[in-house]
Amino acid sequence: MGNRCAVIGVGQTYYTTKRRDVSIAGLVREAAVRALDDAGLTFKDIDAVVIGKAPDLFEGVMMPEAYLADALGAAGKPMMRVHTAGSVGGSTALVGASLIQGGVHDRVLVVAFEKQSESNATWALSTHLPFSASLVVGAGGYFAPHIREYIRRTGAPEHIGTLVAVKDRLNALKNPYAHLKIPGIDRRMVESTPMLWEPIRYLDTCPSSDGACAMVLSSESAVTGTPAWLHGTAMRSEPIFRAGRDTVSPDAGKDCAADVYRQAGITDPRRQIDVAEVYVPFSWYEPMWLENLGFAAEGEGWKLTESGATALDGDIPWNASGGVLSSNPIGASGLIRFAEAALQVRDMAGEHQVDGARLALGHAYGGGAQFFAMWIVGREKP
Amino acid sequence: MPSEPLVAEHVLEFPGGYARTTGPVIGRFLTELRGGRIVGVRTAEGKVLVPPLEYDPASGEAVTDEFVEVGPAGTVTAWAWVAEPRDSHPLDRPFAWAMIKLDGADTALVHAVDAGNAKALQIGSRVWPVWRSERTGHISDISYFAPEVTKIVSNVRADYRLQVGGGLLTFLEGVERGVFLGGRCPTCDKVYVPYRVFCPQCGGPIGDQLEIPDTGTITTYAINNLPDPRAPEVPFVSAYILLDGADIPMIALVGGVPAHEVRQGMRVKAEWVPEDKRTKSMANVRWFAPTGEPDVEL
Repeated sequence: MGNRCAVIGVGQTYYTTKRRDVSIAGLVREAAVRALDDAGLTFKDIDAVVIGKAPDLFEGVMMPEAYLADALGAAGKPMMRVHTAGSVGGSTALVGASLIQGGVHDRVLVVAFEKQSESNATWALSTHLPFSASLVVGAGGYFAPHIREYIRRTGAPEHIGTLVAVKDRLNALKNPYAHLKIPGIDRRMVESTPMLWEPIRYLDTCPSSDGACAMVLSSESAVTGTPAWLHGTAMRSEPIFRAGRDTVSPDAGKDCAADVYRQAGITDPRRQIDVAEVYVPFSWYEPMWLENLGFAAEGEGWKLTESGATALDGDIPWNASGGVLSSNPIGASGLIRFAEAALQVRDMAGEHQVDGARLALGHAYGGGAQFFAMWIVGREKP
Repeated sequence: MPSEPLVAEHVLEFPGGYARTTGPVIGRFLTELRGGRIVGVRTAEGKVLVPPLEYDPASGEAVTDEFVEVGPAGTVTAWAWVAEPRDSHPLDRPFAWAMIKLDGADTALVHAVDAGNAKALQIGSRVWPVWRSERTGHISDISYFAPEVTKIVSNVRADYRLQVGGGLLTFLEGVERGVFLGGRCPTCDKVYVPYRVFCPQCGGPIGDQLEIPDTGTITTYAINNLPDPRAPEVPFVSAYILLDGADIPMIALVGGVPAHEVRQGMRVKAEWVPEDKRTKSMANVRWFAPTGEPDVEL
C-alpha cells in the first residue's frame, strides 16, 4: 500500500436541488475552503489537486478542471481530473491518496462535484446514439432489471427496498448537509409514491443534487489536526458487455472488496467494520451490496436489512449520513461516502456519529456497476 | 323603458405637449439621466433625496447644491404587481411598480421592474436599471429596472457524423435481411450478439459470423412508467433477452402482452417490420412478443 496516508480535512457544501447563488467554481471553492479550514491549512500548504466529476454532459462544461484550477488554488501545481462515472468521487480520493502513498507529495487536495441543476442527468445518460440496439432510460431504467433479478434469486419480500428508503432518510434528518429531509417519513409514505421503473418507486431513488465535497490528504510527516488513517485502498473495473457477467453481484465489486479487506486485515467485515458508507442510489442496492461486499452470505443480504442491523442503532450501520438516497451530487457522491467514513473514525460526524467507530468502509460504484472504488479508514495508524 | 345614455368620446390634449421648465435641481437629475447616471441631492440635514426635490419635504428648507451619484443598483422596499399593463405603461408585459431605494440614497424612487412573474420579486430584491439606448433627459431614459443576473442559458450543441464500425455494420446488415448475427470467441467459447470483432473478456478476435435465432428468453426486465420516444406508450417493458444460442442478453422492447403479464423466463420472438420497410437499423424489430411456449427455468 506504500507510505502511510491520512485524511486530515473534510469539507462539504450543503446539498440541495439548486445552488442558484454560486457558480461551479464558487461551489467547489466552498467545499475546498471548508476542508482546508478543518485541517488548519491554506491553499499554500497543498502540493497537488485532484478533481473528479461525472460526465461533462451533465453541466455542458467540457474539461471543467481547466476552468476550476484557479478556484482550487492549483496555479503552478500539478492538477488532474478523474472520471469513472458514478464511482468517480471514490476514484478521485484514491488517485489523490496514491500520490501520497507513492511518496510523490505530502498534501493533496481532492475535490469532486456535480451541479445537476444545470441540466438533467436522465437526458445526459440517455442520448440515444444512432445505431444503438439498447433501450435504456436513465440510471433507473438500467438498474431496475438487476434489482428484479436480485428479488427473484433471493426471494426477498417486497418491503425490503422500502425499509432502506425510510432508514436512510431518517439518518439524513441527523445530517445538516443532507439534501432530502422528510420529517415523519415512513413505509406508507414511500409505498404511496409512484413506480418509475418497476420495481423502483420514486422514493426508492436518490435525489438530483447540487454540491461539492473535498478532502485534504496528508503523508504521515505532514499530518495536522485529527487524522483518519488509510488502512486499505482498491479500485476494480470489468467489461460491461461480457458473457456470463453477474450484473446483480459483479465480480469487480467482490474482487475490490477482497483486495481492500486483505490490506486492512479484515476477514469478517460485519464484525470488524464499525460503520460503512456505501453507494446506494436505489434502495434495493443495500441488500445487494451487503452480499457483494461480504457483510452477508449470498441471498441473505435482505435479512440483514430487515433485522435492522444496518440502522444507525444496529450492529453495522450503513449510510449513517443518509447516503446517496438523501444527497446525490453524482460526481461528489462517491467522495462523500469516503469523507463520511473518515468523519466517523475521526469522531466528527456530529449527530449521526456511530459511537466508538474505529474502522469504516467508504464505497463507490459507477457505470453499469462496472467501476468500483473502496477504502478502509481507521482511528489508529495501520 | 329609459332611453340609452348618450355618450361621446373626447380627447383633451395640449397640442405638442406642455413646455415644462425643470428648474436647476430636477434639470440636473434629468441631465445626468441623459448621461446614463442617477444622482440625488443632499438636504441641509445631510439626507440624499432620489429623485431630487428642490425643497426638503421634511423641513421646507431649500436643498443644498451638492449632487451625489447613487445606484445604479437598488433594493425594492415595496411593490405592486401589474398583471394587465395599459397602453401608457412602460412595459407591455406583466410587471411591478416598485419603490426602489438606490444604493447611497435615503429615499425611494418609483419605477417599473421587469421581474417576469410576481414570485420572482420580494421586498429586499436587488434590481438594476436597464437603460434606453437613445436617451433624452427623461425618467423613461431608464426603460425599467430588472433583477440581478444570476443565471444564463448556455446552448451547447455538437453536430457530428457517426460511422458504424465493422462489427456493428455486419450485425446491422444482417438485421436488414431479418437475421441476428453473432460470433463465437474461440478462446472463451462464448457467443456474442450483436456480432463484434473482438471479445470483451479476453480481447482476442472473434471468428466467423453465426446466424442466431430470433427467439429467446426474457432473463429480467423493467416496467418503465416514464415515457420514451422509442416506446409506443407507458408503461412499456425493456427486457434482457437471451437469444437462443447466445451467451449474452440484449436489451429490447417487449410488446404484444400487457406489461404486468411479462415474466422472467418468458419465451419471446422478434416481431420484424415488413421486408420492404427494413433498413440497417434495430428499428426493423418492432419488439419481442411472447411465443406462448412454457416458461424457461432460470
